[in-house]
Amino acid sequence: MDNLSVEHLIGIRDLTKADIELIFKTADQFKDVINRPIKKVPSLRDVTIANLFFENSTRTRLSFELAEKRLSADVVNFSASSSSVSKGETLVDTVNNILSMKVDMVVMRHPNPGAAKFLSDRIDAKVVNAGDGTHEHPTQALLDAFTIREKLGTVEGKKVVIVGDILHSRVALSNILCLQKLGAEVMVCGPTTLIPNHIDKLGVKVSHNLRHALEWCDVANMLRIQLERQDIKYFPSLREYSMLFGLNKEILDSLSKEIVVMHPGPINRGVEITSDVADSKQAVILQQVENGVAIRMAVIYLLAGKIERQ
Amino acid sequence: MENQVILNAKQVELTISRLCHQLIENHGDFSESILIGLQPRGINVVTRLKARLEEILGKEVKCGNLDITFYRDDFRRREKPIIPSTTNIDFSIENKKIVLVDDVLFTGRTIRSGMEALLAFGRPQQVELLTMIDRRFKRHLPIQADYVGKTVDTMVSERVSVEWKETEGKDRVLLFNQEDNG
Repeated sequence: MDNLSVEHLIGIRDLTKADIELIFKTADQFKDVINRPIKKVPSLRDVTIANLFFENSTRTRLSFELAEKRLSADVVNFSASSSSVSKGETLVDTVNNILSMKVDMVVMRHPNPGAAKFLSDRIDAKVVNAGDGTHEHPTQALLDAFTIREKLGTVEGKKVVIVGDILHSRVALSNILCLQKLGAEVMVCGPTTLIPNHIDKLGVKVSHNLRHALEWCDVANMLRIQLERQDIKYFPSLREYSMLFGLNKEILDSLSKEIVVMHPGPINRGVEITSDVADSKQAVILQQVENGVAIRMAVIYLLAGKIERQ
Repeated sequence: MENQVILNAKQVELTISRLCHQLIENHGDFSESILIGLQPRGINVVTRLKARLEEILGKEVKCGNLDITFYRDDFRRREKPIIPSTTNIDFSIENKKIVLVDDVLFTGRTIRSGMEALLAFGRPQQVELLTMIDRRFKRHLPIQADYVGKTVDTMVSERVSVEWKETEGKDRVLLFNQEDNG
């Protein structure tokens, strides 16, 4: 197995276990590269990549851009707020215009679920999904699993709880699929209003009690409350949410074992996680960010290997 | 399958010894010098050189491995991407004398990538090249080795394979005709 089974990275759903392991193996080497004095390799010097962000992002966008630059690709950036999208251009037209400038790969974040799939069916370039609405965010799930593997040695057999706004979270769905493919057990935990109906069909456990969930798990992934996606009130107040589902030092220290705390960022300090937990040595939040660059380099490198040359 | 033995076990051992003595002539006690094997096949040569050098010098010789996958010039010209091996250079190469080591020198492209990869770790004082087998007149680039185990004249259709006791069960160097070999 030395090639990905997919032509685009739309979601974890399309990947096989062997694909994920190949990405991890490649990312191990890139992690080594980004810790060298010269953090750059010339592999992709004849590849041009467009980063299309139709939705706000700091971390993911920087991480992708850094990954592309460290592979020596040429990069063009585009954000919806400063573009012709606001003048009424359709997605395919916007992208085709960019592609006629000879772009080989598109990294896209879009508020509509399925946008990446839609695009990959219509354009002649590799597509990497950097988050499509509430659907998937595959590179985040890969870097989360990669961080667990680094911290605990393996993902297989580990118990991971995902806490928070599961309903609006693309990170949750991608994480569930990725962790299950690697043989981990997954539980979701949050207020009943933020847990989608029938989520147990995905084979995950459901809990509404944070302490119970934390006692069960090896790793807790604390998600952000996505207020920007919530059109109605799902819980009475942030203060109440934080009291019932926020992770603080007292709960963490009272557990019978030491667990790993993750957060995909950006953190709302004092809501889903308190400052002392976020800065504690059990938190691997900054390692996640570092691994994000290595994982994205691996994904882009492996997909770029599939670009046909004229 | 017809194949020709270029070096047998005894000759491999003699060659390694001779190369070590040549290295010592130029590098003294190796206090400022480092052997770096190119992944994957240069590593075996380094293992042998290191063992023999330490036997002669009676002290440790510093070694590393270098993976050149990301520096190759044939990315996307191959059917499949190449999966990288590990690089293991956990020391500074700044102002050191480096000897790059590979088993077969053929087109010179691997060595070119190796030099580029090496320079990402710093600025060595000097870089030399050691190869077990030099397939002369087959270079695509102006690269020559400083230390050569054996020079052979080959055709492009032929393949040279350096085998080791540790990995293939026998120390020897073989010349294959590639059509025979499938």
